[in-house]
Amino acid sequence: MKVKYFAWVRERVGKAEETIEPPGSVRTVEELIAWLSGQSEAHAYAFEKPKVIRAAIDRAHVKSDAVIAGAGEIAFFPPMTGG
Amino acid sequence: MTCPVTIRIQEDDFDIAREIAVLTKSRTDIGAVVSFSGICRADEESAKIAALTLEHYPGMAEEEIKRHVEEATSRWPLNGVTVIHRVGRLMPGQNIVLVLTASQHRQAAFQAAEFLMDYLKTSAPFWKKEESATGTGWVEAHARDDEAAARWTKS
Repeated sequence: MKVKYFAWVRERVGKAEETIEPPGSVRTVEELIAWLSGQSEAHAYAFEKPKVIRAAIDRAHVKSDAVIAGAGEIAFFPPMTGG
Repeated sequence: MTCPVTIRIQEDDFDIAREIAVLTKSRTDIGAVVSFSGICRADEESAKIAALTLEHYPGMAEEEIKRHVEEATSRWPLNGVTVIHRVGRLMPGQNIVLVLTASQHRQAAFQAAEFLMDYLKTSAPFWKKEESATGTGWVEAHARDDEAAARWTKS
């Protein structure tokens, strides 16, 4: 599945997107964040405060308990500051 | 009642008068147009801002704005909506965002414009990075913006 990062999450991870293959035991957004945090120091830094991170599955906002099965694109970003 | 909707995300500036003219052209059913524009401000609490850079999530930003415009048109009798959000590097005094709402009467137009702006701030995927004399940093979200958006869910 494709993962996208925006704003300071992108800067901390060090890339705008990547393709990942998490194990089947990773079922929810929250579990994916925990798994991603273990992938590198940069990921751990980006996700050090997981409660702050917002997520979207296939371009729609989701909560941390959302199931990731079937997702084409998952995005992680800080709270929005547009407008 | 027709309600044309225009949603654009662009680097270029917009002309408010021109956008209103486009929205109201050949229409005699519109009695009110409310225009909100958000402008890049130089004065923040900490330091003078030299520039803002706006990042967005292409695709989702348009879809999220569209979802809220659809909700606005279902809640208020609107005759037209325009939302334009700029991205890229902006200097103080430059336009950031434009919301136009047209209706037969002013109340619907005022309320819908406010509703759209409150949701643009809290749920449209845009992020601001500030440049000042002391360096650059991402703007933090304000609880007051979440509170402003939450009041529309009270019923």
